[in-house]
Parts: sequence; C-alpha cells; structure tokens
Amino acid sequence: MESAPVLQLNGITKSFPGVKSLDNVHFELRKGEVHALVGENGAGKSTLMKIIGGVYKPDEGEIVYRGQIVQWQSPQQARNSGISVIHQELKLAANLSIAENVLMGTDLPRSRFGFIRWDEINSRAKELLESIGSDLDPKRKVSTLSVAQQQIVEIARALSIRADVIIMDEPSATLTGKEIERLFALIRMLKARGVAIVYISHRMEEIFEISDRCTVLRDGQWIATKATKDTDAQELVRLMVGRDVSHIFNTVKTSYARTSETPLLETVGLSDGKRFADASLTLYPGEIVGISGLVGSGRSEFLLNLFGVTRAAAGEIRLAGKPVTLRSPRDAIRHGIALVPESRKEQALFLQLGVGENISVLKLGEAGRAGFIRRSAKEKLERDYREKLGIKTASLNTRIVNLSGGNQQKAIIARWLTIAPRVLLLDEPTRGVDVGAKEEIYSIIREMAASGLGIIVVSSDLPEILSIADRVYVMRQGRFVAELRDSAINQETIMLHATGGQVS
Amino acid sequence: MSANSTSIESAAGKRSSPLRLSGMLDKMGIFVVVIFICVLFAVLDENFLTWSNMMNMTRQTAINAILAAGMTFVILTGGIDLSVGAIVALSGVTGVYFTQYLPAPAAILIGIAVGGVAGYINGFLTAKSRLPAIIVTLGSMTYLRGIAYVVTGGYPLILTNSTFKNLGQGYLGPVPIPIIIMILVYAVFFVVLKYTVFGRNVYMIGGNPEAAHLTGIKVVPRMTGVYTISGICAGIAGIILAGRLLSGQPNVGSGYELDAIAAVVLGGTSLSGGVGTIFGSLFGALFMGVLSNGLTLLSVPYYWQLIIKGIVIVMAIYVDRLRQKNART
Repeated sequence: MESAPVLQLNGITKSFPGVKSLDNVHFELRKGEVHALVGENGAGKSTLMKIIGGVYKPDEGEIVYRGQIVQWQSPQQARNSGISVIHQELKLAANLSIAENVLMGTDLPRSRFGFIRWDEINSRAKELLESIGSDLDPKRKVSTLSVAQQQIVEIARALSIRADVIIMDEPSATLTGKEIERLFALIRMLKARGVAIVYISHRMEEIFEISDRCTVLRDGQWIATKATKDTDAQELVRLMVGRDVSHIFNTVKTSYARTSETPLLETVGLSDGKRFADASLTLYPGEIVGISGLVGSGRSEFLLNLFGVTRAAAGEIRLAGKPVTLRSPRDAIRHGIALVPESRKEQALFLQLGVGENISVLKLGEAGRAGFIRRSAKEKLERDYREKLGIKTASLNTRIVNLSGGNQQKAIIARWLTIAPRVLLLDEPTRGVDVGAKEEIYSIIREMAASGLGIIVVSSDLPEILSIADRVYVMRQGRFVAELRDSAINQETIMLHATGGQVS
Repeated sequence: MSANSTSIESAAGKRSSPLRLSGMLDKMGIFVVVIFICVLFAVLDENFLTWSNMMNMTRQTAINAILAAGMTFVILTGGIDLSVGAIVALSGVTGVYFTQYLPAPAAILIGIAVGGVAGYINGFLTAKSRLPAIIVTLGSMTYLRGIAYVVTGGYPLILTNSTFKNLGQGYLGPVPIPIIIMILVYAVFFVVLKYTVFGRNVYMIGGNPEAAHLTGIKVVPRMTGVYTISGICAGIAGIILAGRLLSGQPNVGSGYELDAIAAVVLGGTSLSGGVGTIFGSLFGALFMGVLSNGLTLLSVPYYWQLIIKGIVIVMAIYVDRLRQKNART
C-alpha cells in the first residue's frame, strides 16, 4: 500500500563558498511515513533540512510539494504552506505562555475592537494539546517546562498550522528513555493522521524502532534510500562511511611501542556532572590517542575538563601517576597540559593581533623585567617557531586574521609548543584546513609524539583518526563505549560504536 | 603542496591591500580631522591660532584627555566606566579635605588613591562576579557621588594650599601644568600598552576573552588593574579640577564620563574591545576641545554647541560600526 509522495526533492544541489554541501540529492517523502535521514557529521543533513524548510534556496534542482513545484522565498512561506521544522535547540519564547507559543504563527483571535481574546486562545491551544494526548495547562509559562514538554508544545504548534510535513532534528538528543517512548507514541499518532515526518537521528536503535524508510547521505550526496525493515545497522553504517579509499590519507603510521609502564595521563571514572560521565582513559608518553564519536557526544567537554575549564564532579585525573586537581586553564598549563580548542576563531586566536604575538603569548612575561617584554627574545622565539612549523605569513606582524586556516592552526600549535608541554589535547585539529596543510599538521603531530609528548586527538573526521591514532576511544552519549586498537580501528567499527548500532 | 599554500597566501595578500589603506585611515583618521578643523577655525577666526588660545584650549582639554586615557584601557577590554565623573568629584573633595590636616603632597596622593580604590572595586565586581560593567559603574557613579556629598556636607571646600592650586592653574615655563601632566600620562600609557605584558594582555582580553582565559591569562587581576587605572586617571583629573576651581566641589564632573567615552571612540578604539590606540584617544579629546573652543570663538551659542557635539558623537559611533564591519570581512 504505497501512498503518494507529499514532498519530492529532485536533483538538489547547494554550494557554499568552497564547499559543495549537497550534490544532486533526491529525496521523497510519503504521506503518513516516518522517513529517517542519516549520515555522518557534515554529510549534508542539516543543509537538506534547511532547503526543505525554506531557509536556503537550492542552486539547482526542484522541490515538488503536494504535486506542485515550489520555490520557497522564506522559512515563513514554507511554514505557512504546512512544513514545520522542529529544531534540536527548541525555538520557543520562554517567557510567554504555552498557548501563545502554540498559536504564535497563526492569526490570533481578536475581538471587534482589535483586542486579543485570551479565552479563545487558551481554549484553542487546549484543544490542540488534548488532540495529541497532552494535559498541559495552556496558561503555563514555557520556561517552567521540561525539554520533553517543550517538544510537545512545538508539535502542537506544528499542528496549529495544519502541518503536512514535520521535520524533527535529533528530537531525542536531550530526552530520557521514558520521554523518548512518549515521543514515539506521539509520532505514531501523527503518522496515523497522515502527517509525514522526517526524522533526523544518529541513534540506530531509534531509527529501527520508528522509521519506515531511511535515506543515507554521505559527503553531500544521496547514497541510498531503503525500507527500514529490509536493512540493518551494519549496512547503514557501511553506507554512511563507505568512502573511496583514495580519500584516506597515506598512513605512515609507525607502530607505537610503549616506553613506560606508567601512563603519562590517566583519568579514572572522570565526570563533569553534565556532559560526560565515568570516563576512564590512559595516555602513554609518545602515544597518539584518538577520541571518536558523534558531535555532541561529550568529547569536547571531556577535553575541556582535562584542561581545567570545568571542574570534575567525580573521578580523578592523574599525571605521571600522581592525582592532580585542575581548577583553571592556568593550573593545567602549569602541569604541562596544552589545549588546541575546537573553534579556532572563538577560542584561540587573537584575530586583530599579529601572527607573532599569537605565537608568543604564553611566553610574553618570560625573561623580561618588571612586566616589560624583552623584544629581542620575543621576536627570536616567534621567528624560531614560525620556521619550525613552516607557518607561511608575509611577516610576523601580519594580523593573523589574514592567514589561511592551516597556517592559523599551525600558529596555535606553535603557541603551545613554546611552553614544551607534556600532554597536548587537540580538538578537531584540521577543521577548515586545506588538504596540503592537513598533511603538514599530521606530520607535526607525529613528530611531537615521537619526541615523547602524549597526544589526544578528538576528531569527527574518521580518516583523520585512522591515519594518526595509535589507539582509539569511542564516545557515545557522554561515555566511552569502546577502546579500539590495531585492526579494530576502522570506520565501520568506530561508527557502529558511535551510533550504538551494535545494540540493535 | 607549497604551490597550494602560496596561492592561498597571495589571495590573502590581495584581499588585505584595500584594507591596509582603510587601516591607515583608521589610525590617521582623527588626527587628520583635528588638523582640518584647526585650519578651518584658524581661517575663520584670527584669535584661534594664538599661543594663549592654544594653551588655554589644551588646558581645558587636559582633564577630558586624562579621563580618556584611563577609559581607553577599559574600553580596550570591552568594558565601560561610567563612574569617572563621580570619581573626579570625590577625589577633588577628598584631596582638598585632607589639606586641612596633612601636607599638600600627601593630601593629593590620598585624593588620587581614593580614585584608584574606587576603580579597583569596579574592576573586581566586573571581573569576578561577571556583572556587566555598565551596571557596576552605573551603581558606583551614584554611590561615589553620594560619598562626595557626605564628605563635604554638600558645600564646596575651599582650597588654600598653593602647591595644590598650581596643579590646576600653574605653569612650568610657558606651558600650563595640566598639559604637562596630560603628556606624562599619555607617554607612560603608551609604553604600558605597547611594551608590557599587562598592556598586551589588555588587547588580548578585549579581542577574545575566551581565548585569553584558555591561554591562561590572568583575566581577573588584569581587569581589576584596568579599572584601577581608570580610577587613578579620574583621581588625577579630580585633583587638577579642584586646583583650577580653588575648591573641592561635590557636584562637579557629571557628564565627564560621556565626554571621555566619546573621545576614546572618536580616537578609533572599538567599543567591542581589542582594537585601538592610546594616541587616538588623545586626538579624540583634542578634537572635542578644538570643536568647543572654535565654536565659542565664533560665538556659536552654547545650546547650539551641544547640538553639534551630540551629532558628532553619534557620527563617531556610526563610523565605529562601519569600521568593525570592515574588519570582519
């Protein structure tokens, strides 16, 4: 019993400066189906979602909605036509009531004199909420609701505009097990009414429980659309990661041999009380440990905790066998821990200052007297590291904002090398870096490890992990779920653990 | 590989060349404008370009310039200090008050130190408790003014000490002492901002507070230091003003904070922090001084001067925003 497609995307292509985010993508959504959209981080899921929702206009291709070719001029137009997007970060007005939020996009009922009719608003919202089995009081303020309850408000809001298509972007990401069950019951109810649902999620068990079909995207391309009952987690993961082998970097990985029995860095049951828990990891001198996992799995938070940005709520950090307490980044730096953070521009660079100053910032006070900077020593240090890491810049006074991503990243790494750290934490070290500079950064990382540093690399880029990590931890929903070595380090195994595919 | 990187390099180089020109204009901008209006007023009024008028004008500018010097540090960190006007009054009355009991140098130092302490408290509250600077200093602007009234009981305190008076009215050779103090302040601050770790950290904290924190820069003490500097500058300005007025008056200095902020922004310092120079602020202050001096010479009524000054300030903020847009692309 195949129902007609309510929405069809044909040959959609969308480019952003420098990247083709979607390339000739096809997608079909039928009335009353739950269609899962899966793919790695950066596969193009959110771009596709934004095209359906009218946020972006496609460069090529057509959108057919209810049998007609449409061109959304704005998200409002898509919404008014019955396409509702429920974002991962819910977009409700926290200080208004549930009823106001539910009816926000509609014409509010008004009296003859143009005044708002509150009784009417509240009763209409109540009807909508009751129709999806919720007994929330429409007069309650949204800020008093849990995330799960806010999601119900979002769904009621989608129904208030009589949505035919609802796109849910990782709706379960912040829900508990019970709440997810309730969400699924609600989705089934919507399905029975003929609403079509695009369900974006990384969690295999959910995809297999709720979806009818799934479409796999990889590197912006349509890979496959399958009936969920005809496939399994292994196959989906293979489709998600199955890259061309030529894309993978030439691995000049030297086999790593432990030189010491004491780990350089060890965490035992570490938890920040929020984003990750019970994290135990070891790092030996000269070793490169990779941490893999989906975006939002708690990887970056783990690194920030090791760097003293957040406090440990439970567990212990040991450096060379001795427990340490890190209260601030300064503490961490004093212990010889360095962090190259995830977002260069926001967390590391002083964009308006020179390349040189960005390199020497940690050593500014050194060798000077009474707070004065010794310029000769400073400039020598900057020249040395510029040469050592091959940073290409017109001069050391050039503002760092004018450098390419790769050279900016090298400057940040140089910054940390000036203090001769023992442990180097790298969060997405080659994000936004061109291919050539990527290779250079890898060889810098390998060289540093060879000189005895312990290095932890967090990366969403699987080929990157494969080409530099000696050992890999996989994080899922705030926990390390696997520790892989040698031949177990491959894309399929990592993705299976990262998505929880093995559980299903 | 190397070919790849060089092409990126040259692309970046090409992109920055028009920016470099506007960057020059940024730095020179206010300087050029000051020269321009000086020439304009010199042509319009023969009295403008006389030594006595120049000295008079610069002396009147000195107080705003000194406040702007301290304010530059604060704005470079991305903050704001609304309390400097109140500190001018409090330091003045405190200094004059203590001349009754102590030798003048000690009384003067106490007056300045009171400004430093008030600034320290501003900085500590802003940095440690992460309250917005505008709220913290809005509060201190009010309570410090209150303290100034309490110290004097609401009346002016008459200043009789001649050393103290000289700071406001005296000359060193042909040059008024306030101008000499102003030049000293700017010379010291130029060195501090350019050649000390503290100074560079100020730019870093303002340019990217999160990166500053993640590179282990001592953000809280630095911020406290910055507001203390602003307080000390306001203290110095308060002493000079008391010397000039021959009395400590609790009601002086209101609105000075806004003139100082305007001078800093006119001088090219970005209100969002991280970008700016100390000499820019000096010329910003001079610009405002020249403007009101020239308009007065041309007998433009005071009310109209206010209107013109206000429009100029709004234009300055607008230019500031354009510049930031430029810097981002």
